[in-house]
Amino acid sequence: MSAATEIKTLIIDGKDVSARPDQTILDVARENGINIPTLCHLDGLSDVGACRLCLIEIKGQNRLLPACVARVEEGMEVTTTSERIARHRRTILELLFAERNHICAVCVANGNCELQALAQQLGLTHVRFPYRNPALAVDASHERFTCDHNRCILCTRCVRVCAEIEGAHVWDVEGRGADCKVITDLAQPWGDKNSSCTKCGKCVQVCPTGALYEKGKVGVEHPKRPDFLPYLNLMREAQ
Amino acid sequence: MTQTITIDPVTRLEGHGKITLYLDPRGEVNNAHFHVTQVRGFEKFSEGRPFYEMPALMARICGICPVSHLIASAKACESIMAVEIPHTAAQLRRMLNLAQMVQSHALSFFYLASPDLLLGMDSDPANRHLFGVAAAYPELGRAGIGLRRFGQHIIELLGDKRIHPGWVVPGGVTEPLSSVKRDEILAMLPEAYAGVHLALKSYKEITYRFEEEIAHFANFPSLFMGLINEDESVEFTDGALRLIDANGNIVADGITAHKFSELIGEAVEPYSYTKFAYYKPFGYPEGSYRGGPLARLNIAKSMGTPLADAELRQFKQLENGPVRSSFHYHYARLIDMLYGVEKIEHILNDPNILDKHIRATAGVNRLEGAGQAEAPRGTLMHNYKVDENGKITWANLVIATGQNNNAMNQGILQTARHFVRGGKMTDGILNRIEAVVRTFDPCLSCSTHAFGKMPLKIELLDSQGNFLDLAQRN
Repeated sequence: MSAATEIKTLIIDGKDVSARPDQTILDVARENGINIPTLCHLDGLSDVGACRLCLIEIKGQNRLLPACVARVEEGMEVTTTSERIARHRRTILELLFAERNHICAVCVANGNCELQALAQQLGLTHVRFPYRNPALAVDASHERFTCDHNRCILCTRCVRVCAEIEGAHVWDVEGRGADCKVITDLAQPWGDKNSSCTKCGKCVQVCPTGALYEKGKVGVEHPKRPDFLPYLNLMREAQ
Repeated sequence: MTQTITIDPVTRLEGHGKITLYLDPRGEVNNAHFHVTQVRGFEKFSEGRPFYEMPALMARICGICPVSHLIASAKACESIMAVEIPHTAAQLRRMLNLAQMVQSHALSFFYLASPDLLLGMDSDPANRHLFGVAAAYPELGRAGIGLRRFGQHIIELLGDKRIHPGWVVPGGVTEPLSSVKRDEILAMLPEAYAGVHLALKSYKEITYRFEEEIAHFANFPSLFMGLINEDESVEFTDGALRLIDANGNIVADGITAHKFSELIGEAVEPYSYTKFAYYKPFGYPEGSYRGGPLARLNIAKSMGTPLADAELRQFKQLENGPVRSSFHYHYARLIDMLYGVEKIEHILNDPNILDKHIRATAGVNRLEGAGQAEAPRGTLMHNYKVDENGKITWANLVIATGQNNNAMNQGILQTARHFVRGGKMTDGILNRIEAVVRTFDPCLSCSTHAFGKMPLKIELLDSQGNFLDLAQRN
């Protein structure tokens, strides 16, 4: 039997669903109208399981799994919402807020931010952890864009879109743990005269927060348009 | 034996302040200090931020007059960009600034000052608040609330939010005005006119009761500073600064934002976090001056609108030369409001007001920029330095309240010397000392809290700090 005809059947939140074997639990859940929150996942990019917001429970396994990288299996019983999952998602969000300097009121992405929207959706009213308040510099050297590490959640969408779609691989990640940081080229200023940046702006459009943005834009006037990605992929496949 | 009297907090002000009166052994007031007890730090933590974020960032200083900060900051940014904003954008901003002035003045006059004026300085403190005014003078209470709503609603219509609208940006504004919104504002004007006229009429009817206060509420010769147009009419958003002396002679003229720092210095006193602005050529404290409504009207030859001009002529009759008593800030504030409503109507009838060209764009073309505008309580100046990428390396803000700081201190001393006798304090005397500060409508920590009644404690201490007496209002 070919893969195209092989169908897996599983249960998500009590609902019987079917899937191709190459699909992730996140894909199948969304196909069936079951919402699982995500931040690092973006349709059109590879998945890395970085943000862990899509954690789900699978019957028979004690460990929570990220739905964006967990493949479907025959007979799986998946739960996407439970008290335990909600607690984990909330804690992850709180840690994201505590890690850097997310000041929504004066952020360029205010009202257009996926992190902010998710916090509102999950009813996050307080952060229980002490804020780290790191002193992070803004890279404003690029003629068109600005990178504010204070608002970066290390989802690596910029890294992936630049490498996988644009093919320039300007962005990467340096450091470990709390010292992790996205960098351009070999940690050179984004606007360096020898930069390999093509100025295409894809990284800006996929950034879920106000970390990457068009220079001079403020608040409500800066919605991101990451929906170009699936279309771009489709057009390329068609060629 | 000397005594110290502390008034903490001073009530019906915007923000938190404290007054200390120092008495000599005879119980007469020897000195007085007005303390602003909080530090904010905006100039420091804006360092490293891209300059175009500054308007939104700096507006967070204040919930009462975020628009003043937005405008002064945007103008400083435009000076860095070296651009002139489109005419329509300038007019829309002017309207926003006037709307804010009207709502802020309504807050000052009706919510904070009118309990003293209408109910009396010695009236029962339990009722000496806006609700007491509304109970005794329902029409005036409604007018005050209506005028505040008028200003706030215009701000909301233009900038989508009543407080901290994000609409003013370096280069202009983000959205043009729609005809629907223009018509909505035009429809609000008759009620606003009626409110200001009622306030003016009521104020004129009661001023005769306050001759003693007029004579002793920061009534002294001083310099005055404010923005003025080339035709010598009053200005809030553009124009240049003029400084006059106590006799009305021009001391300095055409002070643009760039010249501001050359001519205006800021002194620091150990008892307050608010600096003391002064005119450098005269030194400190001789170069201290007053800003705000009284100063603006003392400087201007006309308002530029017919109804306010008629009031200005009456105002100029109060004294021979510039009006010196700070009590008349209240009257000047009402004239400002009348001008604001008239000018808003005038701007809305500008044939280009719905134009879609409302924003100029540019990068960093200068490494330093300054902008100034009239905040409700006086001139506000923002001055920034940036690196070649447009990140702020240094920022300095000269706030209106700082420019009246010396006058407020002098005013408290003058009022306390006149009313405090033999170390005796009554509630009415205490209230007058607070009321002299209220005439300036200072914005201390810049919050929207307008408490009609705050807990107030006065302690009488001897020179060793030993407790003598306590007066308390809960």
